[in-house]
Amino acid sequence: MSTIIETATIPTLEGIAAAYKRRAERTTRRIILCAGTGCIANGALKVHAALVEAVAAAGLDLEVELKDHDSGDDGGEHLHLSHSGCQGFCQMGPLLAIEPDGLLYVKVKPEDAEEIVAETLIADRAIERLLYVDPTTGRHCHGPDEIPFYKRQQRHVLAACGHLDPEDVREYIARDGYKAARKAWTAMSAEGVCDEIESSGLRGRGGGGFPTGRKWRLTLQQPGPGKFVVCNGDEGDPGAFMDRSVMEGNPHSVVEGMLIAARAVDADAGYVYVRAEYPLAVGRMRKAVADAEKLGLLGEDVFGTGRRFSLEVMEGAGAFVCGEETALMASIMGRRGMPMPKPPFPSECGLGGKPTVINNVETLASAPLILLHGADDFRGIGTGNSPGTKTFALTGHVANTGLIEVPFGTTLREVVYQIGGGVTDDKGEITEESFKLVQIGGPSGGCLVGEHLDMPLDFDSLSGVGAMVGSGGLVVMNQTTCVVQMARFFMEFAQNESCGKCVLCREGTRQMLAMLDDICEGKATMDTLDRLEELALAVKKGSLCGLGKTAPNPVLSTLRYFRPEYEAHVIQKRCPAGRCKALAVPEIDPEKCRGCTVCARCCPVGAITGEKKQPHRINPVACIRCGACAEACKFDAIIGF
Amino acid sequence: MTESKTMFVDGREIPIRGERNVLELCRNAGIDIPSFCYHSELSVFGACRLCLVDIEGRGIVTSCTTKPEPGMRIRTTTEEIRKMRRIGVELLLASHDHDCPTCAKSATCKLQDLARRLGVTEVRYPRNRPRLPVDDSSPAIVIDPNRCVLCGDCVRACREIQSVGALDFVDRGASCRVAPAFNKKLSEVECVGCGLCATVCPTGAITPHSEVESVWSDLDDPDVTVVAQIAPAVRVALGEDFGLEPGTVTTGLIAAALRRIGFHAVYDTSFAADMTVIEEATEFLERRGKGGSLPMFTSCCPAWVKFAEQFFPDLLPHLSTCRSPQQMFGSVAKRILPERLGVTPENLRVVSIMPCTAKKFEAKRPEFAGPAGADVDHVITTQELTRMIKEHGVVFNRLEAESLDMPLGYKTGAGVIFGASGGVSEAVLRYAAQALGGVRGGDLEFREVRGEKSVREASVTVGGETLRIAVVHGLANTRALCEKVLAGETDYDMIEVMACPGGCVGGAGQPLPTGIETRSERARGLYEADRTLQMHAAQDNHMVAECYERHLDGPGSPEAHALLHTGYHSRRRIADEAISLVGGDDEAERLAVRVCVGTNCYLRGSQDILIRVMNWVEEQQLQDSVEVGATFCFENCGHSPNARVGDRMIESCDANTVIAAICEKLGLPVAGRIGAAPVGAGQ
Repeated sequence: MSTIIETATIPTLEGIAAAYKRRAERTTRRIILCAGTGCIANGALKVHAALVEAVAAAGLDLEVELKDHDSGDDGGEHLHLSHSGCQGFCQMGPLLAIEPDGLLYVKVKPEDAEEIVAETLIADRAIERLLYVDPTTGRHCHGPDEIPFYKRQQRHVLAACGHLDPEDVREYIARDGYKAARKAWTAMSAEGVCDEIESSGLRGRGGGGFPTGRKWRLTLQQPGPGKFVVCNGDEGDPGAFMDRSVMEGNPHSVVEGMLIAARAVDADAGYVYVRAEYPLAVGRMRKAVADAEKLGLLGEDVFGTGRRFSLEVMEGAGAFVCGEETALMASIMGRRGMPMPKPPFPSECGLGGKPTVINNVETLASAPLILLHGADDFRGIGTGNSPGTKTFALTGHVANTGLIEVPFGTTLREVVYQIGGGVTDDKGEITEESFKLVQIGGPSGGCLVGEHLDMPLDFDSLSGVGAMVGSGGLVVMNQTTCVVQMARFFMEFAQNESCGKCVLCREGTRQMLAMLDDICEGKATMDTLDRLEELALAVKKGSLCGLGKTAPNPVLSTLRYFRPEYEAHVIQKRCPAGRCKALAVPEIDPEKCRGCTVCARCCPVGAITGEKKQPHRINPVACIRCGACAEACKFDAIIGF
Repeated sequence: MTESKTMFVDGREIPIRGERNVLELCRNAGIDIPSFCYHSELSVFGACRLCLVDIEGRGIVTSCTTKPEPGMRIRTTTEEIRKMRRIGVELLLASHDHDCPTCAKSATCKLQDLARRLGVTEVRYPRNRPRLPVDDSSPAIVIDPNRCVLCGDCVRACREIQSVGALDFVDRGASCRVAPAFNKKLSEVECVGCGLCATVCPTGAITPHSEVESVWSDLDDPDVTVVAQIAPAVRVALGEDFGLEPGTVTTGLIAAALRRIGFHAVYDTSFAADMTVIEEATEFLERRGKGGSLPMFTSCCPAWVKFAEQFFPDLLPHLSTCRSPQQMFGSVAKRILPERLGVTPENLRVVSIMPCTAKKFEAKRPEFAGPAGADVDHVITTQELTRMIKEHGVVFNRLEAESLDMPLGYKTGAGVIFGASGGVSEAVLRYAAQALGGVRGGDLEFREVRGEKSVREASVTVGGETLRIAVVHGLANTRALCEKVLAGETDYDMIEVMACPGGCVGGAGQPLPTGIETRSERARGLYEADRTLQMHAAQDNHMVAECYERHLDGPGSPEAHALLHTGYHSRRRIADEAISLVGGDDEAERLAVRVCVGTNCYLRGSQDILIRVMNWVEEQQLQDSVEVGATFCFENCGHSPNARVGDRMIESCDANTVIAAICEKLGLPVAGRIGAAPVGAGQ
């Protein structure tokens, strides 16, 4: 444990920063191992242990936590091995960055530790086989500066995420941390903070895009005392992990953002609501809050102003709907996570009936940047109506998946082809014609198609085409994706996660799911499509909360851009992507079949017949379209699935 | 802010008169906007999405969640709204049982009504909700989740009006349903049986537990003589089912109908209510005189009694020990009628006709059964009587009023006003006033205890003594009052409690719908009936007096006490919650050893104690004589860990003290046993 945190008199931010920097100056090399959830799952902690062992075996002086030396003795030179939050390139994890060399090793294994110590740390040489190879050029990239995935990004909110040790408050402070909060609490009025945020044009990153400054001002205008600030870390969209990464990688930026919000609305307590499925984020947020309390940054006397602000980290109970703010507040209050009608808005009547401001993680993490560098600086990035940057979780049929951050206004083409490295086909090859669509915003969002590739990504253009920024999930899909199946997937998700309160959402999603099932199974008629669209519009318009209001979006937007594909399912009983098994007409290509009999033996209903070494045949009446034969065939002779 | 504020509803200018939402404003303005989940006495829920209106500048919103604002322009019906409402009702119908003709709520079902009103002529969605089991474990009400529209009215009524919270939503999405906690049966949880959930339920999902069939089969049995008692509130409500105005007194018609259906004799619960007044007032004056537990709570309402047993066991000594009128009638009838009617006690059946579902539970309490079976054999509600009348084919409106049978059909006004909140207090005051020697100029109407206010207080001075009375209805109001009593913040002498809003006239067995206006009309009917009766004070009921004399040795006698009083027990603990761990395989008599594994005891090592005791029992091969189990909370957390060996509580125990107690109970040599045990204690 560091000694400074335990001293009775609380040092200034500058004092902490100076002490940390003195110590950091003696660091010859900083080895930063990504310890985001993805890399940990891929064995980052074992790599860490192996490195510690290898460094010790080589007799080098290694610190895993920079010690403070109050005596003025800053110690000798040393290596510094630290964890970081998500470095973004999750697909290539575990990631290991070495500074100041600017090296990034990918897919590092514990067995590589000795070589890293001998080659890079002692002999100052890069290990080529651990470098990322650009698949388009075949070139070995030494570090992020050379990797296209990173080169095209602009990291602001995530800037420190892949570098600083998320569990060391001193490093955060050494990087100007908490200065923005101190400015807000000691040198600005509450109105002043609202003004600054409002003029920055910051909009909520959680999906709705509501102007944050206005939300704060509305809460400020409500009578106190006892107002609350709540951080919504209940990121539940399938495939989204932006908020998790910020909480894991830079938890103090969230705490600082909440401090600023608290100043702006005159709140004296707050909650960080994190979904329980994010244990690492919960742990790091808890540590960040505890460390900030020890430094007097949170508590009874924030920055010596005599005013209090305390924070508590709460784990969610695993319901997607708890990301909806009124349900989230109900959950904090120990009630069932069920949304309540708005108005009243949380800014008027929130937790315990008190005015409450609820912001998303990324929004709060943006606030310190705005106060530190100014609203104009923030406005300088992004577009007029959507200033700043946005983090996205880029996944799906794309060469490079991971966590990215780009300015609003970046085109989809840049994201998919430059950062993402292009769309892959079902064999994993990057091909020009593979792109089909991008689902943006998860189960609440819509799809973007070829015609949108050059459209700037921002709040307004996206809502104009029936999609939304949402929380920032970006799932790229290639031609093998059936849009009906995709819509069905998200509808099933919405149905399972509907809280069950309002009729349109609970029953409407159930019936839409049933209709999508009918379409996938070839039982639908054109009337089904009409009823589906009519119901989708009613659910969108009439549901109680955001979950219900957005649940039909995947259906509506795929109907808008892929109606012929729906109609093929309905009229011709054919799935153009070949994904709907019930519509498949499996056949055996006699040219490819070698008569090995594997398919006939694995068919559960005995629908395949044929002589040994002769082409086999499928009896379409008996066939249940399970696809077992296609999976078993080594010669790709089963077609039609 | 004094200028009048108005808004526009379908182009008409409507004044805003402080309505809490646009829905109420529209309804006041004569537009009945459809809704399921809006209930004027409950919190706004916003779930059914039917009360949609189109507000200029805002689009389509639910009117129940929108505050009226001056200048607001709304349209209550547009093509889009009609379409969305229809879709909403269609969706509900698709997930709803389609067995309407056999549903108890068929005639009063709001879903049916709205489907008709909104022109839903077909359901274009398939029924795809799996069938769920019906919970008929409670004697009071039945929950059929297959008919539930999840409007949450029952959940909010139970929580907000009754502060019981026996029901809530469970699960999410398509699996969402309303049920008691932990999937328990309604009979196993804190439900008090008041049936308010059934009253507010718009469909047949929650209904009174019908006993009609058992009444029919008794009526069919030639060896059995069936008599009826009619509760006061029934006579002012039953007529509603036959097109009469609420509050119309139909006692004579009910008597005629019951006789046509086959009842041998028809009596009046009000007779027993007169008796209750005498017993309760006697008890009250005695408590006052001798410094007994005051305030004294009334005990006529069985939902309140169960509520007190569950949530306020410390107040049980304050409850009057008087049985309710229904049960007094039952025990008196079973005592005196066999001889009078010339039947054997076994062949006499007493059927109560009650406005209440909790009465069904009360009649089945084990303490209300004699050697010849239950004092009250069946309890049917006003609604169930309607059904019997209709099933039998009796044309109610063509009947001529008949008189009740004597002597148990004779009553005074005191016994009649029992049916309204405040009625019991007034009836007791009428008795006490005379007993204390001062009738206020012959005026027996104590209007200060009447009315609709949830808590009413009155100080009545009679014969130089001031009696402080509180009248409360609704159990949430009652809970708040009880907490004040426990905190010593009140100085009442007597508190009348009725679980249902408005008292028995608003009971869950009454014809539907039961709104505030209907309730007060029924109460008015009762006070009118009181005025038209010859006698108004229970002590003037000469038939009651005769009954006391001939059968009970007079009021307050040991005989009267045995027949007319009862006792209560705490229901703080949920029954049968102990988990048997060792030696619990068969029915043999064993020494029960219970170790608490509730939070406090667990934190102080009770788990370890439990394991050591279990090991010891097994090693000593005492499984045949000792049964060890884990249990939850003896409510003695200050002295945890707690264990119980047989009937002996052991506070701050450890394994050795528990084992020593077992040895003592079993008559084993203590030191030897413990010395041989692996836990190795010796002191």
